[in-house]
Amino acid sequence: MKRKHSIRVSVPQPHLNLRALRTTKWYELAVRFVFGGTITVIAGVLAKAYGPVFGGLFLAFPAIFPATATLIEKHEQERKQKHGLSGAIRGRQAAALCARGTEIGSLGLISFAIVVWLLAADLNFAATLAIALAAWLGVANAAWSLERRHLCSRCSRR
Amino acid sequence: MEYLLRFVIGGLVVSIFAALGDVLKPKSFAGLFGAAPSVALATLALTVTADGKLYASEEARSMIVGALAMGVYAWATMQLIVRSGWRGTTASIIALAVWFGCALGIWAAILR
Repeated sequence: MKRKHSIRVSVPQPHLNLRALRTTKWYELAVRFVFGGTITVIAGVLAKAYGPVFGGLFLAFPAIFPATATLIEKHEQERKQKHGLSGAIRGRQAAALCARGTEIGSLGLISFAIVVWLLAADLNFAATLAIALAAWLGVANAAWSLERRHLCSRCSRR
Repeated sequence: MEYLLRFVIGGLVVSIFAALGDVLKPKSFAGLFGAAPSVALATLALTVTADGKLYASEEARSMIVGALAMGVYAWATMQLIVRSGWRGTTASIIALAVWFGCALGIWAAILR
């Protein structure tokens, strides 16, 4: 009689790993600071030169992702290299997972922009930003949890 | 002076969100912070002070398009890494062309 094997896969819970900060070098932080600052200045210059409709596009420019993907890939690769492995594949996999997270996170970013668009004119601006941030985090987290649950249920069925 | 302030605030906000992405696990959850509204947070508060709430609201309407382009950009980056075997660094920089194409394309078609 053939026995059906099933593996129960639980939804991973997000958590903090503060030790990861120790692997970040000072120049990596400096690159992010300069890149982030430059993009913010460019967004301001473009809005001044071509108006808010054009400048607003750059409020959602991927300022964090390239540096984050690079670091995640590098750190994962270094971790594998300590054990005598190349780590190239593991590094790429980590960067791809990060990209998938950013893809899901863009739903949160869209929510942030919609809230500011609809409420900014009528509400106190600090309150608008607080609601928009809550919308970003809520939508991004909900979308991520739904996808995880969907993936885990597919794995468990196999 | 205004641009120096923008540079410092923008750099700080992006660095804070990026650091959050570093310490969060699993990686796909950390990736959510790759699409954090860092530039928007740094810019909008200064915009409201200098140009008013209506100006900020108009910028946010265009930001919806930019955020949509961000989703397409992240998808393209993932495809370049998984299907073409590119390194994360190369893929994330080359795919910026997708963000520009998508954002400027929708802007020219709808918002302009």
